[in-house]
This record gives sequence, C-alpha cells and structure tokens, in this order.
Amino acid sequence: MTDYNGYVTAERIEGSDDGPLAGRTVAVKDNISTAGVRTTCGSKMLEEYVPPYDATVVERLKAAGATIPGKTNMDEFGMGTTTETSAYGPVENPVAEGRVPGGSSGGSAAVVAAGDADLALGSDTGGSIRCPAAFCGVVGIKPTYGLVSRYGLVAYANSLEQIGPIAPTVEEAAELLEVIAGPDEHDATTREAPDGEESYADAADGDVDGLSIGVPTELLDGADDAVVETFWDAMSELEAQGATYHEVDLPSVEHAVEAYYVIAMSEASSNLARFDGVRYGKSGGYDGNWNESFAKAREEGFGEEVKRRILLGTYALSAGYHDKYYKKAQDARAWVKRDFDEALEDADVLASPTMPVPPMKRGESLEDPLTMYLADANTTPVNLANLPAISVPAGETDEGLPVGLQLVGPAFGERTLVRAGSALA
Amino acid sequence: MSDNAVDPEEVRHVAELARVDLEADEVERFTEQFGDILEAFEALDEVPETEREADLANVMRPDEVHECLSQEEALRNAPEAEAGQFKGPKVS
Repeated sequence: MTDYNGYVTAERIEGSDDGPLAGRTVAVKDNISTAGVRTTCGSKMLEEYVPPYDATVVERLKAAGATIPGKTNMDEFGMGTTTETSAYGPVENPVAEGRVPGGSSGGSAAVVAAGDADLALGSDTGGSIRCPAAFCGVVGIKPTYGLVSRYGLVAYANSLEQIGPIAPTVEEAAELLEVIAGPDEHDATTREAPDGEESYADAADGDVDGLSIGVPTELLDGADDAVVETFWDAMSELEAQGATYHEVDLPSVEHAVEAYYVIAMSEASSNLARFDGVRYGKSGGYDGNWNESFAKAREEGFGEEVKRRILLGTYALSAGYHDKYYKKAQDARAWVKRDFDEALEDADVLASPTMPVPPMKRGESLEDPLTMYLADANTTPVNLANLPAISVPAGETDEGLPVGLQLVGPAFGERTLVRAGSALA
Repeated sequence: MSDNAVDPEEVRHVAELARVDLEADEVERFTEQFGDILEAFEALDEVPETEREADLANVMRPDEVHECLSQEEALRNAPEAEAGQFKGPKVS
C-alpha cells in the first residue's frame, strides 16, 4: 500500500513474460474489471465484487507483458474532481502536500507521480484523466471516443468516457496507448484509427516547428492568475521551438459544463440502476418488496455524490423536464462539437490550461458540489466533442503547485498531440 | 430564493423514482444544493437549437453462439442465489 492511499487493492497481477511492456508496472483504476481481483469503483456498493472476466484493456496489458501492481483509488464511480468521494478514503497529492490529487483517477496519477508504478490507466468522462495528471505533475491522455475499448469498464456515462494512459512522460504515455488502442469486437463503439503507420511513441519527437496552436480565449477568462501565467510560460517555450499561436473563439464552451453534467448525470441515473443488491452489490435484505429492498441497498451502498448525481439525472429525464434539460444539453453538445471542428480547421491543436485552478486544499470542495463541477470547465468540452486531448506539465506556480497544459486535437489526431506534448515533457 | 427553488417534497419524489432511500438530513442538503445546481443548468436555455450531424453507422455481427460466462460465474457475485438463479425480494 502507499502512505497517500493510492490503491484500494494492492494485489499483483502478472502479465506474460515478454512484450512491449515487459518489466514495467501498470496500475489500473478500480473501475476497470480484473478477473479474480476485486473491483470496487471506489464504492461500498461493490466492496466484495470480484469480476468474472478481464476488461479488454487488461487483457491487452497482460499480453504486452505488463505487471499490474494493484487497483487504484478513485472518486466513487468516477464522480468527483478531487478523489475525496471514495468510500476507501481520500487520496493525498504526493507532490503537493495538503492538496487534492485531482480526480476522479486520483489514485492512478498519484502512484505514477510518487514512482510507485511506472504507468497507470485511468478513465476520463469529463476530465478524470487530465485533471489528476495536471494536479500531480504527470502526463495523461484522453483518447478519441472509440479508440480504446470500454469493455469491462464499469459504466458511468458511456457516451462520454474513454480509458487512457497516465505516465511520467509523453513518450511513455504513448507507448501505453499503443498497447490499449484498437477495435474490439466486445465494444461496438470502437473504431480503427484512420491515420498513420507510425507508432504513437515514435510521434514523441518533440518537433513543433510550424505547429499552429489555437488558444480559446473562453478557457482562459475564468482561470486563476497563477495558472494563466504558468500556461503562457509553457506557450512561450513552444513558440521558441517554432510553434505559432492565435486566439480563437469557442462561444459554445461557456455552456459545456452544464451540458456535460446534465448528460453525465442522466446517463448515470440509467447506468447505475443495475446496482440492485440482487445480481451484485450490497444486499438490501429480503423483507418488504423489491422496490423497498432496492432503495435500501442503494441508500447504504452509495455515497452522497453518487446519490446526488443519480437523483439529478432522474430529475433531468423526468416527464416535463426532459426537453428543458436533456434535449438542450444535446443541442449544446452538437454546438460544442461544431465549434471545435471549425477551430481545428485553422489550427493543428488547441491549447488551454487543463484546470482553471491549481490543486485545491484537501477537504474544501466537498461542501459545495456546484463549485467542484465548475472546475471541470476546460476538460468537459472535449468529452462532449468526442475529441482526443493530452495534459502535460506546464510548470509550477510560485507556490510550487503543478499546472497542466491541455492540448486538444482533431478526432484520431493522437499522434499530433503526442508530437506537440513531447516538446514539453 | 430563485425561481428554481426545489422543495423537500420534490427531492423525496425524485428519490423514490430513482429507488434511493434518503436520510432526513440528506433531503435537507439536497433541497438546497439542487436549487443552486438547477439554476446553473438554466443557462442551457441560451443554447440555440443545433443540428446534430449523424456521423454514425450501425455495427452488426453475425448472430452466432459464443462462449460465455458459466451459470456459476454469473451467480458468483449475487448476495444470494437459489437453484441456479438470483434470489431477490418479492415483486409487488
């Protein structure tokens, strides 16, 4: 185990003897199924759940020779920005004392930042790979929707989420992406990436000469001064290596965070209906009728943030409110997608701070869910648009807090992101 | 108090629809928080109707029998099973 609570379960899973990841450890977020090894999703509901099969990405890790040192701590069912909603206790930030590691893949980013695992897998529904990567000073990639199989990933909001790599450097993240990417017959939303013979890791040559970077002003406006300053320092570094930048307008992103939460909560209210305490999960007992038993199991098994999102999702989808919330959120999603596509016609990548704030102090976000949701302003638009993004360390604030730079690319443009990101890390 | 203020009765109703029992103090907290959160969601009113490009294709496969979980494996995580089946409370 670790002194910052990075793992929920520290049980080793050995991979095959050789392969591209032989000799390396890859920690796996605890919402990704591992056959025979407990998978809790950070929830009391699944305290004793042992999956009967491996997620496709886990099969691929094992075939590539990786050793899995354990299952990493996370916000319950991926619902959080700080890894404080885990039923197994919060994760501490190993590189910024007293601060949160970001979330929801906080355990995955922390074990990599602390050097307790070489690499890690996280999942990103609205920033859950990029946020903790930024807060812990490591690299995280949220792949294009459909590049990586979600088979065996316990669903939170399946139209938005992707599994992706977290690593100390862009090149190592790219090596891990190479292993997990590609179509899977068990996930009909996976697609063959249309471009490129070159491996993702080979793209990590740091060559940004002539790279055109768009900077969406909307994603800088609300950001903390220290974060913005660090962001521009990193941009200057890219400029010094031959990249150019111009400002772009993405008016739709002003509405992305609301649209994201409406869609994610709506999908969650449906996806989490499976936790009934009968097929799996905490039992609600056998007295009373099905509905009473079901409601009791869910009261006991779910933490407060999960209940909040299930209820708000149920509300948004209920009769009389569907058009007002869910339908408008889908309009916003289409608008965000169009805005990004247009901006990426005149730029190779778009850059912003990954998070508008430095890592929060531990404990300060839990009382005010809305403020925590708004911290996802820069990451959620990317999930709505189904696009790939990378977070690379941009530097530190004067207080020594890590700041991440986010680069967003066109669909299946991971190589471009790897190339650009590797100029910084 | 905004126009979107939610009352405790509404929170209890949604909790019932979602099949989640709540403690009294949770109802109280959620009532206040939902008011704030739904007010923020209100900003979606400003979003123009946008055409959704359907860049989607059905993914089909032949309907063939494959290997699957055994009955034992499928039941392994059930809190209680009987005669090779999940055991649940009665359906009213």
